[in-house]
Amino acid sequence: MAWYLAVKEILRNRGRFLLFSLVIALITVLVLFIAALAQGLAEANKEYLEKLDAELIVFQKNVDLSTAASRIPRDKFNDIRRIEGVAEIGPLGFATATIVLDDKTPLLDVSLIGVEPGKPGMPPALEGTGLRSPRGYQTMIDGNVAKRTGIKVGDRIKIKTIVGSDEKFHTLEVVGITDGRQFFYAPSIFVPFNTWDSIKPQPNLNGQPTAVIANVVAVRIEPSVSPEIVAARIESRVSNVEVVDRKTAYEASPGYQAQQGTLNTQRGFTLLIGILVIGGFFQIQTLQKVPQIGVLKAIGTSNHSIAVAVVLQIVLVTILGVAIGSMLTFLLTLFLPAGIPILLSGTTALIAISTLLLIGPIGGMVSVRLALKVEPLAALGM
Amino acid sequence: MNTILETNSVYKIYQSGNLSVTAVENASITLRKGEFVAMVGPSGSGKTTLLALIAGLLRPTKGEIIIDGKDIVKMSDVERTRFRREKVGFTFQANNLVPFLTALENVELMLRMNKRYNRQTADLAKRLLIRLGLEDRLNNLPSQLSGGQQQRVAIARALVHDPAIVLADEPTAALDSERAFQVVQILAELIHEEERAAIMVTHDLRMVQFADRVIQMLDGKVARVIEARSEIEALAAIGQQQSPVQPQPHPKPKETSVPHLQPLPFPLPAFQPVGD
Ligand SMILES: Nc1ncnc2c1ncn2[C@@H]1O[C@H](COP(=O)(O)OP(=O)(O)OP(=O)(O)O)[C@@H](O)[C@H]1O
Ligand SMILES: [Mg+2]
Repeated sequence: MAWYLAVKEILRNRGRFLLFSLVIALITVLVLFIAALAQGLAEANKEYLEKLDAELIVFQKNVDLSTAASRIPRDKFNDIRRIEGVAEIGPLGFATATIVLDDKTPLLDVSLIGVEPGKPGMPPALEGTGLRSPRGYQTMIDGNVAKRTGIKVGDRIKIKTIVGSDEKFHTLEVVGITDGRQFFYAPSIFVPFNTWDSIKPQPNLNGQPTAVIANVVAVRIEPSVSPEIVAARIESRVSNVEVVDRKTAYEASPGYQAQQGTLNTQRGFTLLIGILVIGGFFQIQTLQKVPQIGVLKAIGTSNHSIAVAVVLQIVLVTILGVAIGSMLTFLLTLFLPAGIPILLSGTTALIAISTLLLIGPIGGMVSVRLALKVEPLAALGM
Repeated sequence: MNTILETNSVYKIYQSGNLSVTAVENASITLRKGEFVAMVGPSGSGKTTLLALIAGLLRPTKGEIIIDGKDIVKMSDVERTRFRREKVGFTFQANNLVPFLTALENVELMLRMNKRYNRQTADLAKRLLIRLGLEDRLNNLPSQLSGGQQQRVAIARALVHDPAIVLADEPTAALDSERAFQVVQILAELIHEEERAAIMVTHDLRMVQFADRVIQMLDGKVARVIEARSEIEALAAIGQQQSPVQPQPHPKPKETSVPHLQPLPFPLPAFQPVGD
């Protein structure tokens, strides 16, 4: 009965219900887009650290866990490696560079990351061999770089770094492509740590060689020990370091929390607006339907059927709206330029869509209550 | 003998603050199978209230309402809703029909609600509508029907599920006189043919000519039940005289607290045959 009434009413008022589905579709686009942006930005920021094959990251002490500010000199590498429970370490160096064309026109800004071949921090090669020689002018590129530039394994690429006020150009051979490994809002290219040390941008030091310094050190621990204990050991035995897990590390990166907080607030408000819009629409509609509901009740329609019909309509209209909105969002992502950091994983999309499907019934509560309160006497004009 | 409805000393007292309005007072009426009864009375005399009580839409303050052998006063809300669905046929003054269902669907709705929708009953619904002159309006929405057509659809809906009792609240209020006569005549015919029972509330005294009995309400009480054919005809004649002319002030308002707003001759001048 409820199905019959709900569906007939929708079919006979197609225009009105479709219009409303479109409103829900737009809300869906907004929510999914914000969710995708939040995830995309988060990913662009943390992807490399999140996927790092190490449990712990050693920072310089008192630098607010900033990868840019942290300095770990080479003499500490061995101190860290020797600590009980540490399986393997890899020094990591972070810098920025630009991939340029042969005529030196910029192609893509990248994070230039120095890793020790075969040590923690070196990403796996999905294509090609990966880095092998500790000093070669070879590079592994982030899958995003490959996607956005078309660079392939075996290609030679030219990168530009800034030393002092001079532009320096280096040619690197692409030996491998890894999956997405963005760092600090840019896709990454990986070079052997020693190569990184010699080509990294730096203030002009008049050619004087400096001591080898990493930004941070990735630490892989023995399987049987707890990361907290190893972290505490490192901090107590190596001077001037702070040891954290990956999550703490990327959450501490500048602006990360604020940005995610802002986007999540926006998403929350959009959902709230959705609830209010749906609630308002169905409330007004129910108020307009009081005489009709009165007649239905007077001729013996149960309160149960009336309530179920109202909920069904809300659910159907919401499902249609969310479906249209999801499709629109999908189409939109196809036509967006590659540089826009939007990313929607299955889980995030699923969470967003189920929340959106929930806002219908939540918003519709009031109208169900209103419908239940209609007296069948209304049919008699009393 | 074949009593379908019996109300025993029914009261409905509305309490608002320390003010109480007795809308229905000590009403005892009966309705037999095959009977078409008209309920008349001035505005505020309790007609709609009594109808709502019989339909189980209102609970009486006191009294019994026995329909088809069951006291509906003692039923729970859910039971009374079910009772209305199964045993009552309804037509209302206005907004009778479900706006998003066609004429035929509105009639079929009663069958669907009672889980009695099948090929035979659907055919019955269609035949009823055809009988009511709506064969080319079956698939029209209420908004595409005239007031009289809507009333006729409502009559079909009130009959299709084989109810124990049909309740019609001012079915002619929205119609011009010609349509009004048509509609009431068909309603009376259908009630008589199928041995059903109906109460029709009306303001229009002319309509009582189709009734087997007339219940006259006054100040919430059943003032009189008119059964004699001659008296019913006389009442209809008064309506006939009254209807084309403008409302006239009542000659001698009795000691009723409710002002008479309607152009009806209440209390009737002793129910003497008027005119010829
Ligand atoms: N909800 C209510 N609260 C208080 N008093 C009410 C309520 N409903 C009806 N009444 C009163 O009960 C009395 C009977 O009303 P009712 O509607 O039954 O009259 P009626 O005979 O149908 O009148 P009309 O011909 O105008 O439709 C009136 O005095 C009315 O004011
Ligand atoms: Mg009334």
